[in-house]
Amino acid sequence: MTRVLGYRLFQALLVALTVGVLTFIMIRALPGDMAYRIAAGRYGYDMVNTDAANAVRTELGLDQGGTTALGQWFSDLVRFDLGVSVVSGEAVIDEVRHQLGHTVELALAAVLLSLLIGPPLGILAGLRPGGVIDRGLLLVSSTLRALPHFVVGLLLIIVLATGMGVLPAAGHGEPQNLILPALTLALGLAAVSSRVARDAMAGVAGSPYYAFGRTKGLSDAQVLRRHGLRNVSVPIVTYLGVQFIYLIEGVVVVETLFAWPGIGHALVHAIFARDVPVIQGTALVMGLMFVLLNALVDLACYLIDPRRQAA
Amino acid sequence: MLHTLSVLALGLMLGIGHAHAAAGDDILDIVAPFEISGTDPSTAGDLFLKMGVAETLVGADEAGKPVAALASSWELSDDGTVWRFKLRPNVTFHDGSPLTAQAVVAALTAAKGKPGILNKAPIEGISPDGNDVVIRLSEPFAPLLAFLAQNTTAILAPAAYDDKGRVTQVIGTGPYRISLLQAPQKMTVERFDGYWGEKPSIRAASYLAVGRGETRALMAESGDADFVFNLDPASRTRLSRSPKVNVLSVSIPRSVLLKINAGDPLLKDTRARQALSLAVDREGIAAAILRYPAAANQLFPPSVASWHNANVQPLAYDSAKAKALLAELGWKPEADGILAKDGQRFTLTLTTYPDRPELPLVAAVLQEQLKEVGVAITINSTNSSEIPATHQDGTLQMGLVARNFALVPDPIGTMLQDYPPQGGDWGSMNWSNAEFDQAIKHLSKVSDAAQGQPLREKAVSILQAELPVIPIAWYQQTAAVSKKLENVRLDPFERDFGLASMRWAQ
Repeated sequence: MTRVLGYRLFQALLVALTVGVLTFIMIRALPGDMAYRIAAGRYGYDMVNTDAANAVRTELGLDQGGTTALGQWFSDLVRFDLGVSVVSGEAVIDEVRHQLGHTVELALAAVLLSLLIGPPLGILAGLRPGGVIDRGLLLVSSTLRALPHFVVGLLLIIVLATGMGVLPAAGHGEPQNLILPALTLALGLAAVSSRVARDAMAGVAGSPYYAFGRTKGLSDAQVLRRHGLRNVSVPIVTYLGVQFIYLIEGVVVVETLFAWPGIGHALVHAIFARDVPVIQGTALVMGLMFVLLNALVDLACYLIDPRRQAA
Repeated sequence: MLHTLSVLALGLMLGIGHAHAAAGDDILDIVAPFEISGTDPSTAGDLFLKMGVAETLVGADEAGKPVAALASSWELSDDGTVWRFKLRPNVTFHDGSPLTAQAVVAALTAAKGKPGILNKAPIEGISPDGNDVVIRLSEPFAPLLAFLAQNTTAILAPAAYDDKGRVTQVIGTGPYRISLLQAPQKMTVERFDGYWGEKPSIRAASYLAVGRGETRALMAESGDADFVFNLDPASRTRLSRSPKVNVLSVSIPRSVLLKINAGDPLLKDTRARQALSLAVDREGIAAAILRYPAAANQLFPPSVASWHNANVQPLAYDSAKAKALLAELGWKPEADGILAKDGQRFTLTLTTYPDRPELPLVAAVLQEQLKEVGVAITINSTNSSEIPATHQDGTLQMGLVARNFALVPDPIGTMLQDYPPQGGDWGSMNWSNAEFDQAIKHLSKVSDAAQGQPLREKAVSILQAELPVIPIAWYQQTAAVSKKLENVRLDPFERDFGLASMRWAQ
C-alpha cells in the first residue's frame, strides 16, 4: 500500500512538471498574437484594437523570451504562487478556488446521483441477463450515452424548467440550481456505470461460488448481499476513476449551458484569451486532483478486495 | 455512504417538490451575455454603468445628445480648447466619501492611462479648479462630451484605486451599489440610500452572465430571469408568443459590414468593391438570419438620424450588374464558374469571429451569394482580435464585422477611430479620400449639430460611392421582459439597462 501511495506522490510531482511545461508550450504554439488575444479577452470585441494590444504587450512584457516567462512561473510555483490572471488581474489561486469549488460541488453531486441511478439498475439487470430490465436498460443507456450533454441538458430544461416549472432553468446561488446540471452529467455517467455493473453482476451471478451460495439455501437477497455486492463493487469503483475524465469533458459543456461558474467554463475562456497563468494554474490543480482521486480509488479497491491486502 | 445517498435523494425530492423561488422574490434578475471581466472600468465599465453602479461625468439622452450627469453643467472657452465642468453638489460615493473635483480628476487621469477612449482625445491636461474640473485640449475637439459619457470614463471613488492606479473595488456614485461581485459571471446590487437623484423603485437586482443564447431564452421562458438581454432570432420568435414575457426591440447604431482591404490587387478598383456590394442580397440575409427587416442599404440605420443620409442612392442587389462590372475589369469565368484574369483566380479569404453568433452564418450566406458572381470565398472564423491584428500586418483581405458606432454616444467617436486617412483597425484599410478626411476633421471641431449636418451628409455619400466597407445589415437589440415589470425601455446606446426607472407591476 505504501508503495502505491509513494508511486502516486511521485506521479503528482511529474504531473506538476509536465503540466507546467506542456501548457506553456502549447499556448505559445497556438496561432495568433498573444497581446491581441489577451486584449480581446480584457476589453471585448468592441474595444480591442492595436493600441490596446500594444498596451497589453508593454504591461505584461510579452516581448521577453519564452524561457524567462516559464522560469518565472516555476520559481513562483516553488513559493506556491500561481501568479495573476492577465485578463482580470485577480490572483489565479483565488479564481481557481472559487471556480473549482463550484465544479467539485457539481461533479460530486453528479457522481453521487449517478451511483444512485446506475449501479442499482445495472445489478438488477445483471441478475436476470436477457430479461426485460436488461434489454430496456441497454436501450436507455445506449441512447443516453449517444446523446451529447448539450442535448440531454436542453431536454431536461425544456421538460422540468420551462414545461413543468419545478426547477430553475439555469443560474446558480440557490440549492435547486444544482439539480439539473448534476442530473445531466449523472445520466451520462449512469448510462455507462449501469453497463459496467450489469456485466460484473452477470459474471458474478453466473459463477460457481454464487451458484453454490444458492445451493446451500441462501435466499436471493442473502446471496446478493454476502457474495454479490462486494465482488461487483470492485469493477464499479475502478471504473469511477475512468469516469472522472468523462466528467471533466462534460462540465465544460454543462457549465456553459447552465451558466454554472465552474472551472471548465473558465478554462475555455482562459484559452481563448491566452490567459497563460490561469491555464497553467487550472491545469496544475486539475492534474493533481486526478492523481488524488485515482489514489483514493486505489485505496477504496484495496479496502474492498481482501485479496489485494493479502498480496 | 447509504446515509449520504439518502440525504441527497431527499434533498432532490424536496428541491423538485418546491416551486423554486428564483424570480418570485422582489430581486430583479437580469441575464445578458456579457461577462464581468474585472473591477476596472476599462474592462467592465459597461456593466457597472448598465447596472446603475457607476456614473459618468456626462450622460446621453435617447438621441445620444449629451445631458448632465455627475457634471451639472459645462462651458467651453471661445477658442474651443478649454472645457470647464461644474460638478453636481452633494453627491457621495458608495463609501460615503464626497464627489470632489480631485476625485474626478484622479478617476479620469487613471482612465486616460489605460486602453479605452480618453487616450484618443487630444487632452493636454485634466485639473481641479475649486469645485470645477478643467480639461485642456491641444486643439478643439467637439466629441469630448460624448467621450466623457463612455463607460471606460466612469468615475470611481479615490478609495477604489490602489497606489498603482489599479481598481481593487468598485465604489461608484450610482443609484445601486454592489453587494456581491463574483467575476466573471455574477453580480448583485442593492439600492444606495445616499443617491443624489430620484430614489429607484426596485430594491435589489442580480446580474448573471450567460453566454449561450438558448439558455438565456429558456431562463426568460421559465421565469428564472425577469430581464433577458440579447435574444437569438429563433428564440425571439418563440418568446414573442409566451404569455409570461414581453419582447422589446430597439434599433441600435451597430452595423454588420464587410471591411475591405482596398489595397488588395483584387479589390483596389472601386468597381470591384461595387460589384461585390451588388452581389449581396441584403434583404435575404436579414430575413433568413437576423429575421427582422434590417438590410443595410447604407452604413447607418434611419434611427441614427444625424448620420443616416436619405439622399444617397441605396445599395442594391443586382447580380447581373455585378457580373457586368467584373467583366468590365477583365475577369472571365473559368469552367467551374470562378472568375480569373491573367492566370489569377478571384479568390478571397473572409475573416470573421463567432463572438456574435450570427456573423459566421452571415459569412456562409455571403460565400454562396458571391459564388453566384464568380468570386470564391474561404471563411476564417477566428478570434475577434484577428481583425485588428491582420489589419496591422496587412494580410487581411475581407473581414465581416459587427461594428458598434456608439462606442461613445455620438458616432463621430467611432468614425474618427475607424476612418482616419491611414485607415482604422475596424474600418477602412488602404483607402483614403481627401474630401472625406477633410469633412471628418472639420466635424471633430464643430459642436453645433446643424452646422455639422452637411459635413456628415458628405462623408456618408463618399463612403457610399467608394465602399471602403460594404454595409450588410443593421442591428436591433432585443430583450425579453417579465410582464411583472413596468416602465422598461431599451437604451439604443446600450449604456444602461434602465434598472433605476423600472418598477414592479402592482
